[in-house]
Amino acid sequence: MMPDLGKYAFAVLASYGATIVLIGALVALSFRQRARVKKTLDEVEARAAAQTGKNDG
Amino acid sequence: MSIWEYANPKKFMQTSAWALPWALAATVLCLSVGLIWGFFFTPDDYKQGATVKIIYLHVPAAMMAINAWVMMLVASLIWIVRRHHVSALAAKAAAPVGLTFTLIALVTGALWGQPMWGTWWAWDPRLTSFLILCLFYMGYIALWSAVEDPDTAADLTGVLCIVGSVFAVLSRYAVNFWNQGLHQGASLSMDAKENVSDVFWIPLVICIAGFILLFVTLVLMRTRTEIRARRVAALLARERLA
Repeated sequence: MMPDLGKYAFAVLASYGATIVLIGALVALSFRQRARVKKTLDEVEARAAAQTGKNDG
Repeated sequence: MSIWEYANPKKFMQTSAWALPWALAATVLCLSVGLIWGFFFTPDDYKQGATVKIIYLHVPAAMMAINAWVMMLVASLIWIVRRHHVSALAAKAAAPVGLTFTLIALVTGALWGQPMWGTWWAWDPRLTSFLILCLFYMGYIALWSAVEDPDTAADLTGVLCIVGSVFAVLSRYAVNFWNQGLHQGASLSMDAKENVSDVFWIPLVICIAGFILLFVTLVLMRTRTEIRARRVAALLARERLA
């Protein structure tokens, strides 16, 4: 199944490997930032809602 | 309905929440089909041998490295002229994606260049302008982090983006301006003689579509994160005042 890359195996496989690593890192970083910011926003919004409730009461 | 409706963060969040799963699914589909087809089911080139398989990464990444900067330029100009915060945040969100594409283009270019040209690097007009574009991306990201006030950061990075556009254009057209250097002309062309053969062209076009969709997906997701982060900052500022 694996194509015969001959003497260019290093160049081709390293290109695919480097691309997968770079895109994988970017996607992982983007998801991590998204989760962190979303969690912080939920906490801050909950505090703001509680504060509004206290002031109204 | 006007396009400026999407400058409203709430409208942008609603629309992007609907579009994101579709964009993600299309990205995975195009990249899987294009890369598997290109890697496993295309023949070697008669001159370049198996290294031709690098084209499915190098060309789309290089195209998107330049196009990402163009998108950032348009978004920055919208911020500078119309002061829409979402456009400034979209430009900020796109920069790490553009930088990643630039790095992929540089790394795969070096890996391809070594066996074909006998060198990892040459101070060729296109390669050099691409390296400078990479440095501009890094400077742009650093400038966003260095300036505390987000509006001032958006103004300064907007100006940097306009200046950097010279190198984005040079990266694309350097081969045509200076008729010298190692890098060949465009792989995709309307001229049948210049264009790559059909056997490589079809998976290449699918990979290009996949990289465009990957860019759209990541920029949508990262812009949503930036909008949320700005809301966090606003709510925390309100908390401190209370």
